Amino acid sequence: MRSSDLMQRPTGRRWQGWLLAAPPLLYVVLLLALPMAGMLLLSVWTQTYLDLDRTLSLANYREAFTEPVYRILMLRSVLVACLVTAITVTLAFPVAYFVSFHVQPARKSLWLFMITIPFWTSYLVRIFLWKVILGYNGIVNGSLIGLGLIDEPLRVILYNLSAVIVTLSHAWMPFAVLPIFVALETIDRSLLEAARDLGDGKLRRFWRIIVPLVRPGLVGACLIVFIPTIGDYVTPRLVGGPDGLLIANMIELQFRKANNPPLGAALAVTTLIIVAMMASLFLVMTRQRGANRYGT
Amino acid sequence: MTWLGIYIAGFLVVLYAPILLLPLFAFNDSSIVAFPLRGWTFEWFAAMARAEPLHQATWNSLRVATATAVISTSLGALAARAVTRHDIPGRFAVLGVLLTPIALPEILIGAGLLVTVIAVGLELSLLTIIAGHVLICLPFSVIILRTAFNTLDPGLEAAAIDLGASRWAVLWTITLPLTLPGIIGSVLVAFTISFDEFIIAFFLAGTETTLPVYIWSQLRFPARIPSVMALGTLLLLVSLALLGTAEILRRISVRRSPTNAPLTRIGN
Repeated sequence: MRSSDLMQRPTGRRWQGWLLAAPPLLYVVLLLALPMAGMLLLSVWTQTYLDLDRTLSLANYREAFTEPVYRILMLRSVLVACLVTAITVTLAFPVAYFVSFHVQPARKSLWLFMITIPFWTSYLVRIFLWKVILGYNGIVNGSLIGLGLIDEPLRVILYNLSAVIVTLSHAWMPFAVLPIFVALETIDRSLLEAARDLGDGKLRRFWRIIVPLVRPGLVGACLIVFIPTIGDYVTPRLVGGPDGLLIANMIELQFRKANNPPLGAALAVTTLIIVAMMASLFLVMTRQRGANRYGT
Repeated sequence: MTWLGIYIAGFLVVLYAPILLLPLFAFNDSSIVAFPLRGWTFEWFAAMARAEPLHQATWNSLRVATATAVISTSLGALAARAVTRHDIPGRFAVLGVLLTPIALPEILIGAGLLVTVIAVGLELSLLTIIAGHVLICLPFSVIILRTAFNTLDPGLEAAAIDLGASRWAVLWTITLPLTLPGIIGSVLVAFTISFDEFIIAFFLAGTETTLPVYIWSQLRFPARIPSVMALGTLLLLVSLALLGTAEILRRISVRRSPTNAPLTRIGN
C-alpha cells in the first residue's frame, strides 16, 4: 500500500481534503475522547450505594491494586492473552506460509476463503460449541473412551483456564493467518532465488530472508489477537468456570450487576494502560531487531 | 512439503470441528446437546418459527447492521478520498486516528460509551448500538475503501472534467462505478461485524435487543440450546450465501471494466 501512495501524488486541494476528512475524524475523536474522558472522571469518583460521591479520590485505584482478587484477574488476563497470542501466531504461521508459497496463485483466494468460512457464523454459538466439544459427554471424552484410553469422562478439560485458552486460540486463528499471509506475499521471490544461487540452504534462507521480512505481519497478528483477548468476557464466562474468569468479566460485573461503575472504570483504565504498554512492547521489540540486522 | 500437508489437514479439521457440529445438533432429536445422537427432527427449526422475541431481535439486528454499514461506508469513503486525493499535512496521522478503534479492547468501548450516553442524558436504544458499531466498523471501511481509491486512476476523473462533465456526472459515471467493489466490500464487512457483534451491544442495548444479545439470553437455558444450534446453522447458511453473491458481483464488476485490472490481483 505504501508504494502506491508514493506513486500517486495527491492532487486535490488541501482545504477540500480537510473538509472531506472532517466528518469521519470528528466522529471518531468525539466517540473516543468523550468515553475515555468519562471513564477517567468516573474512576476518580466513588460509588456510595445509590449515589456517586464526586469528590476526587484514588480509592478505586487503591482497591484495584491492593485487593488480591483484582491483581490475580489482571495478571491472569495478561498471561492468557500472551499464551493465546503465542499459540495462535505459531499455529497460523505454517498455514499462511503454505498458502503463500505452496498454493497456485489462482487458488489463493479460495484457500483464504476456506480458512475464514468457520467464522461466518455467530461468535456466541461458536464459543458455545467448544462446551460441547470439551464437555462431560463431549467429543474429546467420547473419542478418548472409544479409543480405550480412559474409562470415565475427564472433568478437567472444561471449565478452567486451558479451555479458555483453547477456545480463544481457535476464535482468533484466521485473524492471525491473514496479516502473516499478506506480509509473506510482499516478499520478493527473487531474493530467495538469489540466496539459493549463492549457496544458502533451506533453513538459512528461511531465517535470513523470510523471518526478517515477515516481521511486520507477525506484529500485526500479535496485536490483532492480543487486544480482543484482553477485552473478551464471553469466552471465560461460557467455558472458564469459576477459576477461568478474566479481568473483562470483573469490569462487566462492576458496570452491571455489582453496580459499582467507578471501580469498573478504574479497572478499565488500568487494563487500557496495560494494553498500551504491551502493544508498545511488541512494536519496540520489532524495531530494535530490525535495526540490529544492519549492524547498528 | 508432506509434513506441511499433514499439518494443514489437521489444522483444517480442528478449524472446522465446531461448525460441523452445528447441523448435527440442529437436527438431533434430543433436548440435550451431547452425544450420542438420537435420530433427527425439524422440531428446533419449528420452535424458531414460533419464537416471537427471536423475530423481533433479528429484525432489530438487520436494521442496526444496515444502518451501521451505510454510515460506516459513507464516512469511510470521505476519509479514503481525503487521504488518497488530497495533500493533507500528516495524512498518516489522520489515518492513525481513524484506525484507533481497532486498537482498543471492545469492552472499553462498550463501557465508555455507556458512561457517556448516561452522562449526556440520552436513552439506551438501537441508535446507541449503531453509534458504537459505526465506531468499530469505520477502521475496516477506511482500509478497504483506501485500497479502492488508490487503484482508481485520477486521470480518468480529470479527463471527464476536461471533457465538460459536471462534478455529479463524474461521481456517478466514473468514481462510484470504479470504486464499487470496494464499496460493496465495505458494506458487507461492516454489516457482518455489526450483525454478529455482542460485547458492545450488550452494554448499549436498551429495551430492544439485537440477535446476539438474544442468543446470549438463551444460552442460560439448557432447553433452548437446540434451537440456538438451529439458529446458528441458519445464520451460517445465510452468511455463506451473502458472501458467495458478493464474490460473484465483484467478479462481474471486475470483468466489466478493464481499468479495474489491478483489483483482480488483490483477489488472487
